[in-house]
Amino acid sequence: MLTIAGTEFSSRLFLGTGKFSSSAVMASAIEASGCQMVTVALRRVDLENPDDDIMSALGQREYTFLPNTSGARNADEAIRLAHLARAASGSSWLKLEVTPDPRTLLPDPVETLIATEKLVKEGFIVLPYMNADPILALKLQDAGAAAVMPLGSPIGTNQGVLTDFQVEIIIDQARVPVVVDAGIGAPSHAAYAMEMGADAVLVNTAISIAGDPVAMAAAFAKAVEAGRTAYIAGMGQRSKQASASSPESGKLSSDLGFLA
Amino acid sequence: MSILGQAPSAMNITLNGNKTDFDNISTISELLENLDLAVDSVVVELNTKIIQPDSYGATQLGEGDGVEIIRFVGGG
Repeated sequence: MLTIAGTEFSSRLFLGTGKFSSSAVMASAIEASGCQMVTVALRRVDLENPDDDIMSALGQREYTFLPNTSGARNADEAIRLAHLARAASGSSWLKLEVTPDPRTLLPDPVETLIATEKLVKEGFIVLPYMNADPILALKLQDAGAAAVMPLGSPIGTNQGVLTDFQVEIIIDQARVPVVVDAGIGAPSHAAYAMEMGADAVLVNTAISIAGDPVAMAAAFAKAVEAGRTAYIAGMGQRSKQASASSPESGKLSSDLGFLA
Repeated sequence: MSILGQAPSAMNITLNGNKTDFDNISTISELLENLDLAVDSVVVELNTKIIQPDSYGATQLGEGDGVEIIRFVGGG
């Protein structure tokens, strides 16, 4: 069982709620995924179309809502969004996201650390989205982050876990859960992160823009489960030297010399 | 000055970044009602300060105020 800030999660798949074709598809995909944590964003109400309310679509289901600070370009903007998120959700969960460059959407490490320090002191449960930097992960952990969320690859790119070498170091060092976030484009990417020992993965685009988002959500659920089970089972070491799977002894070498 | 009392006055506020004129609006409650927004679906900032829902009726709006009305949307 995964525990973050005292809350237990039996599913290690977290879902983002952006870019779905409709609220109904989103709700069905979330249900098919079995996830218990969903992210949401904060935006100005569209006064031309005020009935578009995601929370009514998600209903009264028992999800932990993880509001993000997407759109924030520095610590001050993220903190302002955090306060709005807490007022809107009535909870202190927060995915801290500080992305000054709209082209890459890469997280600003300095501003993210500053905002983490301040928001933890204000009682927020902070899960910072971060580049896959092992030193930064330790600093965020020391600042009181409830989990760290290193990126696999930039948001929405579906490139997979390009940062695997560093994510493995982060996992080895972490005392808080490690959630691989962003860029996970296929169930195999999610399984790969879980096999490495990630505590959870957060997926959005790969599911929401799939031909059949509900089926894709179910596929991701299986992949996360498989990857986690493989990690627990203990995977063999990689080797450059071949090692026969069939027995070395008892070969019929006299009759079938080519087997010798 | 009217002998019938204060005439309804137009007030200009910056609502979600747009300068907007309102007639007969004096509180946040009245603004939300005018916009047909349910109180429990939004968060309101007045001049960058979050206003608690139980204060919407008592919070007066004034000329030139900046109001942000925010809600959750889909996001990753």
